[in-house]
Amino acid sequence: MSRMLRVEGRSVVPTAQPPEEAARLVEDFTPELIDVGAHHLCPGCGEPVAMRTALQVVEELELVKRTIAVFGIGCYTAFSNNLDVEVLQALHGRAPSLATGVKRARPDTVVFTVQGDGDMVNEGLQEVVHTAARGENVTCIMLNNGVFGETGGHMTATTVLGQRTKTSLEGRDAAAHGRPILLASLLAQLDGAAYVARGAVNSAGNVARTKRMLRRAFETQVAGAGFSFVEILTMCPTGWFVETREAPQYLAENLGVVHTGGVLKDALGESPTS
Amino acid sequence: MTRRLLEGSEAIADAMIAAGCRFFAGYPMTPFTEVLEHMARKLPAVGGVCMNAESELEAIGMAWGAAATGTPAATGSTGQGLSLMQESLAEIALARLPLVVLNMARAQGDYFQATRGAGHGDTRTPVFAPADVPEAVELVQRAFDVSARWRHPVLVIGDYYLAHTAQAVNVRALDVGRRPPTPWALDGSSGGTGGAKLVSFLGSAKQRDDVGYDLADHYAACATASAEMMSGIAPLAESAFTDDADVVVVAFGTPARYVGAAVRALRAEGARVGYVRPITLYPFPSDAVRTAAQGTRVVAVYENNAGQMVDDVRLAVMERAEVRFIGGLSLDSSGFGIAPDLDVAVMRRRITQILEETTAPEGRRGAATVATGGGR
Amino acid sequence: MTTSRVSARGTVVVDVDACKGCELCVEACPPDVLVMTTHAVNERGYHYPLLLAGCTGCGACAQICPDFVFQVYKFEEPVLFEVAPP
Repeated sequence: MSRMLRVEGRSVVPTAQPPEEAARLVEDFTPELIDVGAHHLCPGCGEPVAMRTALQVVEELELVKRTIAVFGIGCYTAFSNNLDVEVLQALHGRAPSLATGVKRARPDTVVFTVQGDGDMVNEGLQEVVHTAARGENVTCIMLNNGVFGETGGHMTATTVLGQRTKTSLEGRDAAAHGRPILLASLLAQLDGAAYVARGAVNSAGNVARTKRMLRRAFETQVAGAGFSFVEILTMCPTGWFVETREAPQYLAENLGVVHTGGVLKDALGESPTS
Repeated sequence: MTRRLLEGSEAIADAMIAAGCRFFAGYPMTPFTEVLEHMARKLPAVGGVCMNAESELEAIGMAWGAAATGTPAATGSTGQGLSLMQESLAEIALARLPLVVLNMARAQGDYFQATRGAGHGDTRTPVFAPADVPEAVELVQRAFDVSARWRHPVLVIGDYYLAHTAQAVNVRALDVGRRPPTPWALDGSSGGTGGAKLVSFLGSAKQRDDVGYDLADHYAACATASAEMMSGIAPLAESAFTDDADVVVVAFGTPARYVGAAVRALRAEGARVGYVRPITLYPFPSDAVRTAAQGTRVVAVYENNAGQMVDDVRLAVMERAEVRFIGGLSLDSSGFGIAPDLDVAVMRRRITQILEETTAPEGRRGAATVATGGGR
Repeated sequence: MTTSRVSARGTVVVDVDACKGCELCVEACPPDVLVMTTHAVNERGYHYPLLLAGCTGCGACAQICPDFVFQVYKFEEPVLFEVAPP
């Protein structure tokens, strides 16, 4: 009989040590390829969740010995430091051109970019559009939280109407600030883009769906079928001025209804779900 | 080994391939465009990749990615395109990557851009300035070697004339010894080993902690490496007739050939004039210029711009002689760098005027009367 | 005195000091067995999660946690836990 403990007036299961009863490990603290889990990103940030998911896919597909990750500049850049995957650091917006150079010079590698929405859709729109149009066999991953997080939470090209940011304090207004760019929708129209999908990490169910999308994107690259793209909506409670607990719902109600989830294009087979 | 009549752009492309370049990316812009055309045609034939990028920013980005895999890579443009590449150039230097960058310039107005680091921050970029096609063939290959040895971008600056003039040239591979190994190069294979590599302008190794990069440390290390590189590269210059010269003319690139011709013609007529031609613009051959300035009255600088290299000449010469600027903007209506003043007769006139001023009885600034035929 | 027993199919290990108190795990847990401490805080000053009886070992908490706080185990056989008396 296993004993529970009395803590703060509740009966709780001891969680300081692994169980003595026969059990198998279902999820480790970090995937193998994240060396060090500790980081200084905000409480409730969705980016580490997306990173974890992506690296689990790289592990599961056994790609690590041929993989090169090209990082953009944003809060997520912190992870460039802590992965057991080869990393090439790019400038803000410029990961797709570096990824192109890597892949063209070393076609046997698996190359993916990690970029935020500010990085990819503001500074680097030209790069990702041309990389997709050329059908480069790389996988671009956009972590979309609708703000420039690292500089303190400013409006980007994906910020939705009504969203308050430090440069749209009254809420993004179409007349003053224009309308968001729905990048996945734009890229899906290009012939060179073979796989385009939009996921999110605001619930365990969405994490699982996003993981399948990432898997499919890497499979597309390995098959040499063309450019693959996964946009992942991530929580940014700091940038959104909401409590960490409210961020998943804020994402669903605000970003998720504009940048809608689903598979927009899948050249290798499955029909679009969005 | 055959000599072929090649325009500079083609000879430079052949020289890059001879040096082992297997990745090139560029964006068409006059007078660089033909280099891109030649590389597009020649590089795939040797198993390399040439990309026509969507802008100069992506051209240098693609070359950066290829360079990170240890592939000898190059890019180029003209001055305006180089301006677009500046951020990347500075950060590639901080990422400690080899890269050769060509500036097929319009006139000589890019001297400041090239020699003041070619980027933001404390970047110091070696610059080679060939004066003709055979020299370009040698210097382009030397640039690949220097770049690989020091893990730093190197600039080769030419111009419209160099790009479009055909000369008989034998593109012979330069013997630079064995290329250094590239243990830092990425190919994926160090992934999952506990020591996966990093190529970054933020740091040279993964910190594997929750604190992250220390840019103060990294920039200091890069500054040290940069200083070592600069003292490890011998400044190059060509000097002639300077031992007894009253006037020494300093010029670089294509105009320097005309200056040389003007000086030789004046010497044949008995004028005490000499020249110094910087071949490395950075590190600047200050010693050669300083030595030539010893005992001379005027150091005259000829360049097709509003006065840029003249600043470095002044720094090298200091109080040893008077420094005068005898160059100037010289462009045709296209703005591509075709210089109406690129004419030996024009240069002779300007040099002669300086000579006359330095030997006139009243003198300038206390210059003593010197009999034109006498020794010193 | 009777002691009640609750069955669990899984359990977690919590890296208390890694937690930044965001509470996403509480929302994400399908059987609703995670609660945040009300008084205790970790060395960073954040409340952290406690595990009540009834974990299924589904792994949702680990998947949603931005700070890699959880290790999740699934028991080979369901385990009976004796509830601690007040």
